[in-house]
Amino acid sequence: MKALSVDHLTGIKDLTRSDIELILDTATRFKEVINRPIKKVPSLRDITIANIFFENSTRTRLSFELAEKRLSADTVNFSAASSSVKKGETLTDTVNNILAMKVDMVVMRHPNPGAALFLSKKVKARVINAGDGTHEHPTQALLDAFSIREKLGTLEGKKIAIVGDILHSRVALSNIYCLQKLGAEVMVCGPTTLIPKYISQLGVKVSHNLREALEWCDVANMLRIQLERQDIKFFPSLREYALLFGLNKELLDSLSKEIIVMHPGPINRGVEITSDVADSKQSIILDQVENGVAVRMAAIYLLAAKIER
Amino acid sequence: MEKQIILNPTQLELTVRRLSHELIESHDQFEHTVLVGLQPRGIHLAARLKSQLETILGHQIIVGNLDITFHRDDFRRRETPLLPSITNIDFSIENKQVVLIDDVLYTGRTIRAGLDALLTFGRPSKVELLTLIDRRFRRDLPIQADYVGKTVDTLISERVSVEWKETEGKDQVLLYTKDGK
Repeated sequence: MKALSVDHLTGIKDLTRSDIELILDTATRFKEVINRPIKKVPSLRDITIANIFFENSTRTRLSFELAEKRLSADTVNFSAASSSVKKGETLTDTVNNILAMKVDMVVMRHPNPGAALFLSKKVKARVINAGDGTHEHPTQALLDAFSIREKLGTLEGKKIAIVGDILHSRVALSNIYCLQKLGAEVMVCGPTTLIPKYISQLGVKVSHNLREALEWCDVANMLRIQLERQDIKFFPSLREYALLFGLNKELLDSLSKEIIVMHPGPINRGVEITSDVADSKQSIILDQVENGVAVRMAAIYLLAAKIER
Repeated sequence: MEKQIILNPTQLELTVRRLSHELIESHDQFEHTVLVGLQPRGIHLAARLKSQLETILGHQIIVGNLDITFHRDDFRRRETPLLPSITNIDFSIENKQVVLIDDVLYTGRTIRAGLDALLTFGRPSKVELLTLIDRRFRRDLPIQADYVGKTVDTLISERVSVEWKETEGKDQVLLYTKDGK
């Protein structure tokens, strides 16, 4: 029997290929569970998990909470807006106070890159990174890989284009690590200003032409333009961005083969992707959301197995 | 490890055939009955019973496989996590008579978890238990089988292994005893 090689899920970078495959295989079973009449199993009934969100989130937070509840864990939620963080408490103190209430696992989203890793070294609980600034968002990458694998059977030798705001995207970085570890080829595509300068050192192809990227790939992952992280102007206007890097139905239909369209959400309809593409049968955006719960259940389940009794 | 044959291929086949007839005695044409094999080892016995019953009755028997990993009571009490197998129950068990099938009945903990897992698929009208080998006097929980292939008396240090042509190359049931006992 196998176990994860890590004690915390802070980033895909630390995982081995067999870790990733273990999580995805376990997630397949959980996907079956969440489609049962009673979508709940008692595995984690003696475990308490704190969801600590220092940044806004709907999908990820709901998804984690549902995953925890379907594993029968007890959950507590905490968001920075309504907390003592405002009063000047440090991250370690905040979390240690929560842990003093006998919490076994922490799911954290934080605006600073490396926050989850920092926390995992400071506190006794298992830590799952639910997004740390522009660094990593491991569970998103795992659910993206799961969704592609479900659709194409394997990732080995598949070509994935990640399009859009690569510079500010934690989804992009986690996806690159995850896809490459599973044997896929990755291309990033976007305006020069939104592609990090040395990204090709990660072994990814770079393109500044959307049509070229789409003709190359089997799957296109369209990322959101993260206006909230852009303190300066990276492109002249949203309209120009949409014209050059937005995916519309006309472009999608003109390609020589049928590709799969993904988006991690939230969608800016009409910017990176038009409504008719987002709602088309080539889009697996809602499958990604469903799979998110199963993949998070798998990650939590496998990490919980490492909690000492 | 010393091994001793409890059932040889011929005996095993006879036993499966007898169990099939016992099932027909209480379930007649199987109009309201489904078989559910427990993963990972009960599914082979379930498949054998299915083909035997179909030969005798001349029509299809509904069989599903149920994994109980997430309902076990020893999560986090082991070194490594328990990894699940496939569940496929693509029929409704609502108001059906369900026969749970496993190869060896030992402590009863697997069956307890199996009952819990089964009930997440609906409310059967009745659940019965069929096991090929019953290691009696070794129960941790008050669970007994309705249909038993063979009852054996064993020590805790001994191990019973049910082997199938599909997986181990030969149909047989073995009893392993530690040397010197």
